[in-house]
Amino acid sequence: MTKNTVWILAAILVAIGMLTFLYKWLVLGFPLYAKQETPAWTIETAIRFDSGPGSIKVNLQIPNLTPGFGKLDHYSVSKNFGFGVNYAGGGREAQWTVRRADGRQTLFYRIVVYEDKGSIQSDTTPPFPIPPVIEEPRKTAVEVLVSEVRDHSADPATFTAELLRLVNSPSPDPNIELLLATAESPSDFVQTMTDVLAFARIPARMVRGIILQDQQRNVSPVAWLEIHDGDRWRYFNPNSGAEGLPDNYLIWWRGSEPLIRVEGGSNVEVSFAAQRNYIDAMAIAEKRAELEQSPLFDFSLFSLPIQTQAVYSVILMIPIGALIMVLMRNVVGIDAFGTFMPVLIALAFRETQLLWGTILFVLLVAMGLSIRFLLERLRLLLVPRLASVLIVVVILMMLISILSHKLGMETGLSVALFPMVIIAMTIERMSVVWEERGPGDAMRAGLGSLVVAVVAYLAMGMNWLEHLIFAFPELLLVVLAGVILLGRYTGYRFTELGRFKAIGKD
Amino acid sequence: MLETVRRLRNAGVLGLNERNADFIMRLNPRHYYPRVDDKVLTKKLAIEAGMAVPELYGVIDHQGDVRKFAEIVEDRESFVIKPAQGSGGDGIIVIVSRTKRKKDTFRTAGGLLITTAELEHHISNIVSGQYSLSGGKDVALIEYCVQFDPLFEHVSYQGVPDIRVIVYRGYPVMAMVRLPTRSSDGKANLHQGAVGAGIDMSTGMTLSGVLGNDVVDEHPDTGALIAGLKIPQWDFILQSSARGLEVTELGYLGVDMVIDRNLGPLILEMNARPGLNIQIANGIGISGRTRRIDEIYNADDDPVERARISRIEFAAERQESLPLDDTN
Repeated sequence: MTKNTVWILAAILVAIGMLTFLYKWLVLGFPLYAKQETPAWTIETAIRFDSGPGSIKVNLQIPNLTPGFGKLDHYSVSKNFGFGVNYAGGGREAQWTVRRADGRQTLFYRIVVYEDKGSIQSDTTPPFPIPPVIEEPRKTAVEVLVSEVRDHSADPATFTAELLRLVNSPSPDPNIELLLATAESPSDFVQTMTDVLAFARIPARMVRGIILQDQQRNVSPVAWLEIHDGDRWRYFNPNSGAEGLPDNYLIWWRGSEPLIRVEGGSNVEVSFAAQRNYIDAMAIAEKRAELEQSPLFDFSLFSLPIQTQAVYSVILMIPIGALIMVLMRNVVGIDAFGTFMPVLIALAFRETQLLWGTILFVLLVAMGLSIRFLLERLRLLLVPRLASVLIVVVILMMLISILSHKLGMETGLSVALFPMVIIAMTIERMSVVWEERGPGDAMRAGLGSLVVAVVAYLAMGMNWLEHLIFAFPELLLVVLAGVILLGRYTGYRFTELGRFKAIGKD
Repeated sequence: MLETVRRLRNAGVLGLNERNADFIMRLNPRHYYPRVDDKVLTKKLAIEAGMAVPELYGVIDHQGDVRKFAEIVEDRESFVIKPAQGSGGDGIIVIVSRTKRKKDTFRTAGGLLITTAELEHHISNIVSGQYSLSGGKDVALIEYCVQFDPLFEHVSYQGVPDIRVIVYRGYPVMAMVRLPTRSSDGKANLHQGAVGAGIDMSTGMTLSGVLGNDVVDEHPDTGALIAGLKIPQWDFILQSSARGLEVTELGYLGVDMVIDRNLGPLILEMNARPGLNIQIANGIGISGRTRRIDEIYNADDDPVERARISRIEFAAERQESLPLDDTN
């Protein structure tokens, strides 16, 4: 019965731990590796204008739905201006307002986005458009064009592709020439296409965005065509009819509205500058969790102050050390002093590095042990003797540090990180075992402690593991489940195979 | 490696993990532990149950009383000092005589000379808990030093051999005799270097011995053959051990007895976590026997009946076994 309870408990712990882990990894995008970085872009929009005499209101279209990108942050740099964000027809608008201003003004709007190929930000399904009122003789031209394209297409997407192919042909027919006569800029051209599509009762709109290139200044928006096929929005290159968005194309706004409206100002200039940088994947996961309003992030270690985080990244490795300890004791069967002494030694090794840690540990224990044997002759009572050993250990540590500094070996300084009380207890236990059971047993257990400490150090020193546990502390539940299961392990210890080797043989 | 695991399983060898999880935790309620961990209490309970124990000369239970030591041993030529809560024989000093010239100098079983002051320091260490299982305060016992039975003269080196019987749910299941050697400093503990020899449960005859983890046929110091010694009063030893259940209420128990030249078998101590080397000494695992007890267990059996059943059930099983596979 106990056995079943243990299994059920372990299964529950593993289930909770793994589900939380998978959710955070797959849904919130917590990174599996430390220092995992995601490319991000900072786009700066600079608005310059001469202020007029009265109050000033500036409206700038800003990105709302951005397929292929996730928004991390946005902010405005503007002195004296009030700043706000509104939802408007084309998406979102940033608005700056001020009662009065003098001279030429510069406003900055910065947005930070990260590349997220999986991000499909879908818009709502639009109603069928009302056919636009087009005057003759363009109306006839549109009618002829639409009926011709309709003959050669099957659905809104193929209609659009065919339309764009025809209007972009090197030798367009007179109808098309007439239609495009008034289109001076690329956005006029795309606007004309949306009219034609609306005439054919296909919901379409103009999209403008910028193609992100690193270290680029004065980027200008590129117009693109977006149609709805009754199911989802699709993008078309207005100049070739090819479907899809260009690489690194950040949709800035949709519709025919102008990028900027300035009331009470003149000589308006808008420029874009883009810069690529890399952002810690953790920060992005953080943002995403915030957007999804997941409570998991509020309770994660990343919400703690940085210094506390550093402490916990070490503390969270102790359970791994404890797991190693359990494995070494109950499965391998190595003798060691003190239940968790090796884990604490392993923690000290993190600072001293393995080779120096081992040398310093052996040195300290050996010296402490010889002094402990001298103390034995004084016949001190137990607690004063332990205290004496502790003091001697502290003095030895000090001497080793000073000596190694004089010799120019800075690693010796880290000896101070050894848990001195633990070392003192180890020396005491070792000397008792030495006297009672002989040097052989004492050396064996001392060596066992060192071996366990080294293995624990190697396990606890794995950077990816440290990051994994820190980002996903729920994995400690899995470790706990493992330890609980090992608590019911009744098989032989590895060393027992040698111990009982004489039994059962001929 | 898996082959070794299977071989040990087939031989019914009990491992430490299984002993701890399935025997000790299941059969030995922790609140009964003081009955075996505190040797003063064990002695008291054993006397109440009418069992023979070595006479207690005195108890020193705090530092201030350490100087009473000389008074306690004033008229004694030989005695044993031990911590009440010690384990594995740690902290035990056996004094076999006083030196002729100086009254305050003693000779240990190992032949060393030791002064009263040194013994007092040792007692002081015991009282402060150096040998205590829990690490807390302890008391030192000073008791009768068992007189060697000539039976074991040739198979032990300075010191008194003792007999360890494992009692499972009140039934003695396995036994061995532990023979001190030079390297064990006259102590009868296997991990200190004593030789263990299995005992045929039905006849009380010794089988071959084990030193460390290896089988030996002769005593390493005296060269005498270990196998074939007849343990005297074997029936009485088994019955006393079986009675250990009533005294301690522990279902998995190690009972340690010594044979005194004049007083016969005496209960020395009992142990709630008996070691597993007894399996090596007997050349067979203990699990097969405990399973047999589970089959025939009868709560109404009294100690005498349980000892009788064990003698019948566990006749020497060390048959001339054929090797399982002899491919190499």
